[in-house]
Parts: sequence; C-alpha cells; structure tokens
Amino acid sequence: MLSETFYKLWNAGILQRGVWETIYMTVISTAISYVIGLPLGVVLNITDREGIYPIPWFNRLLGMIVNFFRSIPFIILMVAMLPVANFIVGTSLGNKAMIVMLVIAASPYIARMVESSLKEVNAGVIEAAQSMGANNFQIVTKVLLPEAKPSLIMGAVISMVTILGYSAMSATIGGTGLGQIAISYGHQRFNPDIKWICVFLTVIIVQIIQEVGTAVAHRTDKRITK
Amino acid sequence: MIEIKNLCKTYSSASGNVEALRDINLTIEDGEIFGIIGLSGAGKSTLVRCINLLERPTSGSVIIDGQDITVLPRPELLKMRRSISMIFQGFNLLEQRSVLRNVTFPLEISGVKGQAAKLKAMELLKVVGLEEKAAAYPAQLSGGQKQRVAIARALASDPRYLLCDEATSALDPNTTRSILELLRSINEKMGVTIIVITHEMKVIDQICDRVAVIDQSRIAESGRVSDVFANPQSQIARELILPQDRTAIETSGGKKIRIIFDGMQSKEPVISNMTLDCQVPVNIMFADTKDFDGIVYGHMIIELPTDAHQAEKVIAWLKNSDVKWKEED
Repeated sequence: MLSETFYKLWNAGILQRGVWETIYMTVISTAISYVIGLPLGVVLNITDREGIYPIPWFNRLLGMIVNFFRSIPFIILMVAMLPVANFIVGTSLGNKAMIVMLVIAASPYIARMVESSLKEVNAGVIEAAQSMGANNFQIVTKVLLPEAKPSLIMGAVISMVTILGYSAMSATIGGTGLGQIAISYGHQRFNPDIKWICVFLTVIIVQIIQEVGTAVAHRTDKRITK
Repeated sequence: MIEIKNLCKTYSSASGNVEALRDINLTIEDGEIFGIIGLSGAGKSTLVRCINLLERPTSGSVIIDGQDITVLPRPELLKMRRSISMIFQGFNLLEQRSVLRNVTFPLEISGVKGQAAKLKAMELLKVVGLEEKAAAYPAQLSGGQKQRVAIARALASDPRYLLCDEATSALDPNTTRSILELLRSINEKMGVTIIVITHEMKVIDQICDRVAVIDQSRIAESGRVSDVFANPQSQIARELILPQDRTAIETSGGKKIRIIFDGMQSKEPVISNMTLDCQVPVNIMFADTKDFDGIVYGHMIIELPTDAHQAEKVIAWLKNSDVKWKEED
C-alpha cells in the first residue's frame, strides 16, 4: 500500500531528509547561480548592439560561451565537470560537488533569463535616465534592475524549478535528495510506490515555489493596480 | 542660449546612408519658447536628441551657454545634461517607483538624497498640481497626470532648458491645452527656456514665440510664429498651416484668392467692404484666423465668380486696398 510505504519511510526519517536535501541543494545552487548569472545577464544586456554600452564583438563572444554551456545536456555536463568540482570543493561526490555542477549548468541559463527580463524594460525610460545625466552604473542599478524586478522574480521561479529538476538528475552520479530516494529505493529495488511518493513530494515543492514566487512578483509589481 | 551650427546627422545602414539632418543652423535665445515643427520622419526628434547628445551629430556643433558640448568629456557631458531636461511623448516614468520617487530620481542621480530631495519633489508636485498623488504609482494616473509628473521630474534638477519631444501628442485636446498652459507658466515663472517638438500647428500657436519648420532633414524656414503663420514662405509651412484636404474643396472654377491677415486689418470688415463696394458675390472656401496678443493673423481663401468682368472688379478693388493678397493656383 502506498500509505504504508509512506509511513515506513517517514518514520525512518528518509523522506524528511530527502525533502530537506532537495530544498537545500536547490536553494543554495539557485543563490550561487544568481551571483554569477545576474551580472552575466546584465553584461549580456548592456553590451548588446541595442544596449547602453554596446561592445558587439564582446557580446557575441560571451553569447557563444553561454550558448556552449547551455547546449550540453545536463547529464553529460555533470560527468564532464566532475574534475572541476573536485578542483573547486575537493570532492567529486556528494551534495557539495553536485552544487558545483548545478551552478555550472544553471548560471548560463539564468544569465539568459536575466538578459531577456532586462530587455523588457521600456527603452524610453532608459533614455529619460540618460537625458538626466545618469551614468551607466546608475542606469543598471536604478533603472534596469528595479524596473525589471517582477519579471526577474518570475524568471527566478522558473530557474529554481529547473534547478530542482537538475538536482534530482544529479542522483545518478552521487547527489542526494528526493531524486536519489526515487532512484535507489524506488527504481533499483523495484518499488514503484516509493517512486510515486517522491514524485508527489517533488510536485508539492514545485507548486509551493511557483505559488509563492508568483505572489511575490505580483505584490511587488507596481504596474498592477488593485 | 543654444546655438546649433552646421549640424548634420547621417545614419549608415546596410542599405545605404540616411541623412537625418542636413546643415541645421538655429539659435535659441534664453527665456523663449521655441517650436520645431515638421511631419513625422522630417528629423525633428533626431534634432532635439542632438541638443543633449542622446544622438551624436555626425558633424557640426551644439553650443550651450558658450560651451561646445560635442567636445566635452563624458563626465562633463553628464553634468551638463542636468541643466537640459527632457519630457517625452510616452512620459517615460519609472513604473516601479511612486510619483514622489520619480520626481526625486534626478536628484538621486546628482547625489541629493533624503529629506532635502523629498521636500524639493513635493514643492514641484505642487507646481504641477499633483501633490496629493505623491504616493501613487504611474499606473494609477491618467495620461495628463503622467505628463505632469514627468514635468515635475524634469524640473527637479533646476534646468535652464526643457526639451519637449511631442509631449502632448498622446493627449486629448483639453489635456493638451492644460499641459501647454503649465509649460507656459513654467517658462514665465521659472525662466526656463523651452524647446517644443511637435507635428501640430496648434501647439506652436498656443505657446511658441518662434518656430522653425523642418522638412526633409533641413530647416525650411524659421521666424516669429506670427510672421510664419501669417505668411508662410515654404511649401511645407503652408501645408502645415492650411488644412490637409484643401484640394478636396469643390470649386466652380473661379479664381482663388488668398487673403492674408497680418495684424493690419483686424478691425476692418474686409470681406464685407469688398462685396459691398464691388457688388460681386464671393465664396469663402477656407478661413483660419488666430488672435495673437489682440491682433488677428491668418488666412482666408475666397473664390471669385467665373464671370471675368466681375472677377476683374474684385481684383481691381484688392489692388487699390491695403489688403495683403495673393492669387492661388
């Protein structure tokens, strides 16, 4: 029975640990990925031909690098980047190493998300700031990022859900969390109940991220009049 | 004073070069309201963006208060821009900032913060009549209110010049009138020199002292509004002043005469005198007159009878009078 299996796993503390590890990996990876991806997205936006500081050749080069990482399927990227994880965190096993993989995979993705959010900012508003004598740093920090905030939050929600999906995949090479429980307890021991319990818990986590994120984006968006 | 000298702007694209501005020469005096009128695509938006160097001219110079700003290093240019504010057709308010914080925005850029900035912004919101909207967000305002906020914001840096790029084109006629009145009072009370870009003659009519008519990237003519309005020299000025569908007026084939009111005959009933003296009926096809400081300027187009004798009689009468007139084709 499904509920019996659930209680068994719950009482053994396995599910709680799985949920916690999944959330932990997702949140930490998203945060670190934004530290890298956000500035990268800003640079991609402003150095574009239409941007406030156009450097076309540099923009093209950076775009190519970002596309390169984005075009490698995560499962292959993970295996290929094991030595990199080893170099950065001293191990190629466990969640620490997985977070490195997730950051490598998610940062370019987030950079593109940020770039497209910033592109939505009305060019007229940027022109107005320029006409007031704002420098490029002020335009980025006082116009581009604040004006794109609701769109950036929605982008973060999508990125976070994607990273959660990746984190489950990392179970194949030593990551932990719900993905690992589904694979080692469910798939490898022929217990479909456990698989479905993990799916169910993942769905709940994704729903919570999505709902909370959407509510925050909505609440902070001053374009919406109540 | 703003002097624009031999200004040219050429855009190069894959399909060839586009000359947006050709040899523009203009002088805008301190304290005046200067209009730049032209059809869309004539180059007027490019011209106004060359004044604060949002667009870099290909050649020529823009001299503001004796300083050629095209040679200024970037930090100096950014500082100079604070004395040349700009408002836009699309208002361009920061949507995620309250009205108050929109007005304090230029102050923030120049390093004025906190209470001082807030007080200044409230004072300016009072000038534009929106102090009770300080906490509102742009999305909650009407078009006219948004433009008022934009004006308050433009004034926050104590500019000497205010550039208005089609600032009323998105507004209805009543709102347009009130915004133009506000601009005029700002010009009078604060001594801000205003440069108005528009495609609408009525905007020029209502607030400008002088006007330049721009057509196909060149200045077609310029001068006092009353002079240009009373006696437009260029084809484009005539098109802008006279109604577009002039050719659609049906005529019975008689000679057409344009009578020009340039302030001389404002009290004289010219048409009545003419018909009574000549005993010839004339057909008024078009009339547009405006009151400038109590003097009438404008045009009227009349059609003479097809009968040659009667037409001669009227023309003879006109020749003898001091009325300004011109035979139209």
